Amino acid sequence: MLLVVEQFLNGLQFGLLLFLLAAGLTLVFGIMDLVNLAHGSLYMMGAYFAATFVAWTGSFVLGALMALGATLLLGIVLEVTALRHLYGRDHLDHVLATFGLILFFNEAVRLIWGPAGLALPLPAWLTVPVQLLPGIYYPAYRLAIIVVALLVALLLYLGVMRTRIGMLIRAGASNREMIGALGINIKLLYTLVFGLGAALAGLAGLMQAPILTVQIGMGENILILAFVIIVIGGIGSIRGAFLAAIFVGMIDTLGRAFLPNLLRQVLSSTAASTAAPALSSMLIYLLMAIVLVVRPEGLFPANRR
Amino acid sequence: MKGLSVSKAVTALMLAGLVLLPLYSSLSGNIFILTLFTRIVILALAAASLNLIMGYGGMMSFGHAAYLGIGGYAVGILAQEGVGSGFVQFPVALAASALFALVIGALSLRTRGVYFIMITLAFAQMAYYVASGLARYGGDDGLTVYKRSDFSGLVNLSDRVQFYYLCVACLLGVIFLIWRVVNSRFGLVVQGLRSNEQRMQAIGFPAKRYQLVCFVISGTMCGLAGALLANNTDFVSPAVMYWTRSGDLMVMVILGGMGTLFGPVMGAVVYLVLEELLSQVTEYWALIMGPLLLLVVLFGRGGIMGLLGRVGRG
Repeated sequence: MLLVVEQFLNGLQFGLLLFLLAAGLTLVFGIMDLVNLAHGSLYMMGAYFAATFVAWTGSFVLGALMALGATLLLGIVLEVTALRHLYGRDHLDHVLATFGLILFFNEAVRLIWGPAGLALPLPAWLTVPVQLLPGIYYPAYRLAIIVVALLVALLLYLGVMRTRIGMLIRAGASNREMIGALGINIKLLYTLVFGLGAALAGLAGLMQAPILTVQIGMGENILILAFVIIVIGGIGSIRGAFLAAIFVGMIDTLGRAFLPNLLRQVLSSTAASTAAPALSSMLIYLLMAIVLVVRPEGLFPANRR
Repeated sequence: MKGLSVSKAVTALMLAGLVLLPLYSSLSGNIFILTLFTRIVILALAAASLNLIMGYGGMMSFGHAAYLGIGGYAVGILAQEGVGSGFVQFPVALAASALFALVIGALSLRTRGVYFIMITLAFAQMAYYVASGLARYGGDDGLTVYKRSDFSGLVNLSDRVQFYYLCVACLLGVIFLIWRVVNSRFGLVVQGLRSNEQRMQAIGFPAKRYQLVCFVISGTMCGLAGALLANNTDFVSPAVMYWTRSGDLMVMVILGGMGTLFGPVMGAVVYLVLEELLSQVTEYWALIMGPLLLLVVLFGRGGIMGLLGRVGRG
């Protein structure tokens, strides 16, 4: 029972983290129609910035905030110098150009921080277990991730749905010429959206950093997961990304936790223990394949253009 | 016309270079260059196979590395189980790749655009994880191929020069095949589907069936590259199928010039030679390679082939 609750929360936490990454990806994709493979690099940079700034300042919160700002800035610089020239081009151009950026970022990190990974230690007040229910404890830091990510999700939803900028963003997604003709600075709007997406990726990276090692290429696996999520959820749909992210986070975590035991019921224990890791890694891709075969546009397609 | 002749001349020069390379290698005693180019020729074959569906068919497969792995594992697993004959290994590698392509293609072709890119990627990732789970065949660590495919004296794959020429022959054979396919009625239909699927369907062509056949041909060709690659490295591991490898293949195709017969070969040669040269200059070669790719996209439309065409026109 205890294990089930804990794994359930882990799944939720992982799912929310994936949502932060997927939200930025789907915003940029849905609004600017830009396939950004380098999104995972921004996640990685967020983690490296955090590890550096926390060590510098000695304060976890201050370092994290600085890292957030740095990723936002990096995103803006990236958009202005390189990516804005790719709007309206073929998706394949995006793939090639941003694949190049992945190479660049991985190598830049190796040059600056060296090939070995970094660790981001947690402050003492975030390492204590919190009692959720009598007898059920959960690490404070993972709980904090859940809270922060839920807050960000809420803000994002309100921001896109209820504010003037959000309205412009949605309008720009459906007709960029029209919104430009209305006298809105669409260039600036796009830069802002990209910066926001970068900051979200950076946030995901810096929050994940204390749980995993900060290392080169850490963005690549998780980038593919984020793509899986936006494809399952329907490209350009924040709501779809949210639901799909939670779903994928749960399936991945619960699959890894319980699949070995499940398989042991039907297979010999050696066969089960070899098959389980591969099968649990595959689950998500299997899910995506099934979704795409049944609903080629994803589960919650954004409004047609 | 002049533009055409410049790219033709460069292509001919490149092919002559590839064929004469062993001569240079033995005269200069530079064995390394032969090893390097064996790998380049094999990956050029894979890129050419991707170009068939991507450049001519408009199907952006982001999981082509899966066939490299399947072809490779067919050779590796058979060798491990004591079946050393290339006459068995290679057909099995091709058949396995074809079968995988048939299943994946049938499912993937229900989607289009970015969704197609992602679903092909998803299936390739699944193949990657299956290979990682093959505990009997090395799992994550990969599988060493202790003995190269045995063609009972016809060609000796352990002989560097013979193996190199086998790879070049395979590459040229595949390109000839692609040329035949593209210019056949079948190929014209597939290219028509790229530019306007609805119209082709309205004329009465069963679009998906044509695309699927093309997809399977491409996957089978790439499986051949995989079988050669396993022989070249004497090793096969899940890493061959990792998605960045599919990205590499895509880069080669786009860099060289999509939808041109020899573009992918050019792309593979330039990309891999550049990688080699840059890595000799600096350990941090990707720092230069990355932005270079970005610049190619921004300023070099149509890849190297397109560039050569423009140079020719002056």
